[in-house]
Amino acid sequence: MSADGLESSSAPPSAPQKVGHPMWLLAELTYKCPLHCVFCYNPIDYTNTFNDELSTEEWICVLKEGREIGAVQLGLSGGEPLMRDDLETIIGEAHQMGYYTNLITSGVGLTEPRIKAMKAAGLDHIQLSFQDSTREMNDFLSSTRTFDLKNKVAQLIKQYDYPMVFNCVIHRLNIDHIDKILDMAENMEAEYVELANTQYYAWAHVNRDHLLPTHEQLIRAEKIADEYKARLGNKMRIFFVAPDFYENRPKACMNGWGSVFTVVTADGALLPCHEARMLPGINFPNVRERGLKWAWYESEAFNKYRGDDWMQEPCRSCPEKTKDFGGCRCQAFLLTGDATNADPVCDKSQHHEVVLAARDNAARKSNVIPSKPISFRNDKNSRQLSADGIV
Amino acid sequence: MAETVPLSLDQVPAIDRKYRIQWEEAQECYVLLFPEGLIKLNGSAGEIMKRVNGTSSIADITADCEKSFKQPDLEQDVIAFLEIAHERGWIGIK
Ligand code: SF4
Ligand code: SF4
Repeated sequence: MSADGLESSSAPPSAPQKVGHPMWLLAELTYKCPLHCVFCYNPIDYTNTFNDELSTEEWICVLKEGREIGAVQLGLSGGEPLMRDDLETIIGEAHQMGYYTNLITSGVGLTEPRIKAMKAAGLDHIQLSFQDSTREMNDFLSSTRTFDLKNKVAQLIKQYDYPMVFNCVIHRLNIDHIDKILDMAENMEAEYVELANTQYYAWAHVNRDHLLPTHEQLIRAEKIADEYKARLGNKMRIFFVAPDFYENRPKACMNGWGSVFTVVTADGALLPCHEARMLPGINFPNVRERGLKWAWYESEAFNKYRGDDWMQEPCRSCPEKTKDFGGCRCQAFLLTGDATNADPVCDKSQHHEVVLAARDNAARKSNVIPSKPISFRNDKNSRQLSADGIV
Repeated sequence: MAETVPLSLDQVPAIDRKYRIQWEEAQECYVLLFPEGLIKLNGSAGEIMKRVNGTSSIADITADCEKSFKQPDLEQDVIAFLEIAHERGWIGIK
């Protein structure tokens, strides 16, 4: 008997492409949100979904189908999922089906009666997002006054005996406070801390000049995070996710398109990642038309970037293609105009200079406010930017 | 970081409260679920982990595995796996 534990979940490199299970299902229950984060990953045109949200029954139906084809980790996010008053019902049903349920929330709207009801319904875990450790920065970055509220919510989470994942999106405006952020997480007895550097899609893409840290900032922050890691070990596990703009190889985005992850959007679209809807020329299936099972296995959209037939050079003949799958399709599209290109984070990409230029820009502007004002995520900006054709 | 702590037969492991183990029919394996993550356990890891219940000692778990698989001398394998599980924080020891 050998018992080293882990089984790899990705397909062996040269095996004929066998489609895996969508083990992760992310339910973006609503795009309504009381906050206005400048790095928000929701689609720029999120307001279009407001009158078209899935009903409780439709959510239950898609979750059931997800379980049948192997989904087990369920993320309940948004927008702010607490904006839906059937959240407790959806959690209860998902729990009955055997999902591990994760609530991903800003904490706004998380009152004691609601957390009590969610606990009773079987909610497994809550991830609370912070913008920064200082009240001013937190409130500025989310364009609201929510910091005290979040502190209260963190206490409730503890009181209801939840393991807590403390999530803070990192960028140039808060990265220098990383020690304070970690101190606050430690004070709150967080068990996991995600310091996720902003990924530059959607609103963060629009605001990139304001948000991309300099290389020096990044190195310093990583060093501090390492010191906390060494001191706290398993007691508070720290995950520092570096921005890929400072890498020379892309991330293995979503562990490959249509490999383990699926998103159900507020209005029922089925996507292989949260940003995919911006890609032109793909008709993403909707749960209202055909089910998740069909979408996952049969639809053109989910099969489009599976395997490597779709790749161009330099990926096509690159030995690393089984490791990173050519990076992120959305980033390739956003930065090169063609989703089948290598992710330009890769230094083999002929478009890598766009990434180098962004780094240079970050370095030059270290003390200067960028010319374009920062765009808070809100309904007015959503309509304006989508009218301008921004994705 | 956490270090490997040697375990002995009389100790009683329990699944850490951050984790849940569950049989997944679609994948035909046990998975370990935790906040925003999952680990697929291979056959023997799953068999050992499902016997971790906070009351059985490592000796009990070993005996039960030996009986179920009609295989003697699994002690070292069970301990080796549980030491890894302990190091990774999946289990605690009473
Ligand atoms: S990133 Fe901010 S604005 Fe966007 S959904 Fe989350 S909390 Fe709301
Ligand atoms: S060329 Fe393509 S496959 Fe090779 S490392 Fe770069 S992105 Fe990955």
